[in-house]
Amino acid sequence: MMRFKALILNFVLISGGILMVLPFFWMLSTSFKPTEEILSWPPKLLPGRWTLEHYKGLFEWPFERFFLNSLLVATLSTISILITSSLAGFVFAKHRFVGRNVIFFLFLATAMVPFQCFMVPFYITLVKLHLVNTYLGIVLPMLVMSYGIFFMRQNISSIPDDLLDAARIDGCSELGIYLRVILPLSRPAMSALGIFAFMNAWGSFIWPLVITNTRDKFVLEVGLAMFQHRFFIDYGSTTAGATVAVLPVLLVFLVLRRNLIEGITLTGLKG
Amino acid sequence: MKSKTSRYIFCLCVLLPIVALYAFLRFVPIGSTFYLSFHRWNLIDRFKPFVGFGNYAKLFHSPEFLTALKNTTIFTLGTVPLTFGIALALAVMLKSKAVSRYAPFYQFVYFLPVVTSMVPVAVVWKWIYDPRYGILNYVLSIFGAQPKAWLMDPDTALPAIMVMSIWKVVGYYMVILLVGLNAIPKEYYEAAAIDGASGWRQFTSITLPLLKPIILFVIVISTINAYNVFTQVYVMTVGSQGAPGSVLRVLVYDIYENAFRFYKMGYASAEAVVLFLIVAALTALEFGLARER
Repeated sequence: MMRFKALILNFVLISGGILMVLPFFWMLSTSFKPTEEILSWPPKLLPGRWTLEHYKGLFEWPFERFFLNSLLVATLSTISILITSSLAGFVFAKHRFVGRNVIFFLFLATAMVPFQCFMVPFYITLVKLHLVNTYLGIVLPMLVMSYGIFFMRQNISSIPDDLLDAARIDGCSELGIYLRVILPLSRPAMSALGIFAFMNAWGSFIWPLVITNTRDKFVLEVGLAMFQHRFFIDYGSTTAGATVAVLPVLLVFLVLRRNLIEGITLTGLKG
Repeated sequence: MKSKTSRYIFCLCVLLPIVALYAFLRFVPIGSTFYLSFHRWNLIDRFKPFVGFGNYAKLFHSPEFLTALKNTTIFTLGTVPLTFGIALALAVMLKSKAVSRYAPFYQFVYFLPVVTSMVPVAVVWKWIYDPRYGILNYVLSIFGAQPKAWLMDPDTALPAIMVMSIWKVVGYYMVILLVGLNAIPKEYYEAAAIDGASGWRQFTSITLPLLKPIILFVIVISTINAYNVFTQVYVMTVGSQGAPGSVLRVLVYDIYENAFRFYKMGYASAEAVVLFLIVAALTALEFGLARER
């Protein structure tokens, strides 16, 4: 009975798993096929003749620039979110002052409003500040994250107060406590939040689409979408572009596997 | 006493810049959205005439907006329960003793679409749905089905994008629900088994009630995300060069088009306010339902 059940369950899960992987497999396979094979019927699972022609075309667009732009934007956003979240989390968790809960509540309340709901006035502000089509303009909305502050507050709350008091008696300043006690002790939480923030920024689309208008400022997501609109029937090129956009993330995922799954889900859960 | 003052100064030095950032990046834009929604403005004019609820009145007479509202609602009503149902079924299967040994492997596989960003995945699915050379039409033709232009026909475009969207996120909710399942103490099930409760009975009497906070989280987050759907619709159905407009209009696309193509800033803000109110109302409704039961 047990073995029968295991057989059925594994069968269902493997079928689902194949559905999960198949689009990626098809993307890779198409991107290495010569155009005449892509447009042949019936479609072949693997390329008959492997070619890199579609990948060569990407450099003219230029995908390497998009890639670096994405990397820059996601890195800046992650650093800012890590700093602001851990500092604010520390203050909200371990300090008492008038208005603390009000400010914390206001921060959290903004998480209820999706970005799409207030991007119009924000765009107007950036037009006035001449920040349209600049890197700073792309990163700005991604510099803070309410979930991050909440998440870090939860984690820092579990650090015993005695530890902080002991440091204070030893003459440690509040900044010193943050640097020497809080940060080392919240390393797992910080890495989870960092992964989450990076993925968020890396995958952001509508804001970079709105705020950039020349190719040299496009992030990977926008560059690929524009490329796809221009060459929408050239599936060899579009799947090659998609592969380039997906591969780095998949490689990181392969290396970090468990940490990454935990990082993404736990950050979401506690938010 | 001195230490107390220095602690206050530290809090002030830390919070002041962060509050300023929040004011600039969140509070002011959110407030301005409401303000703008009562005005007419095209980004260039010097004056912003106050129009009261004029923009809102126009919205509910606009066929584009009403179509977008309908499509987004269908998208949400279709994807949220299905995603939840599939994710829960998968999580329960992974929890079962028969497969828990391979659970990390399955988690990895089902998480692949979650970690990849939306645009490349949407590009690939567009190719899968291609009317002439798409693999989907090929597979269906084996069973004798006629080829279809999935993404060009408004009737099939919505379901096609829904399928792809469920595929993209189901692994995320599966892992979250699995975390919830693992947090339920084993003793409850052992006690229930001794009392002779069947598997299904255990599921409805132990699993579901104890999983309620996680279920609520999953439903609320997926509803909010569904109402904000944009990227996959933009990539998969927006006409290519020179053909503005979308086969499949959704709310955020309508906001995007009115604000950044037609520069109707007040009108687009009114749409954004409506979107926010819908999301807020649905979240409140879901919390209310969860409390009742």
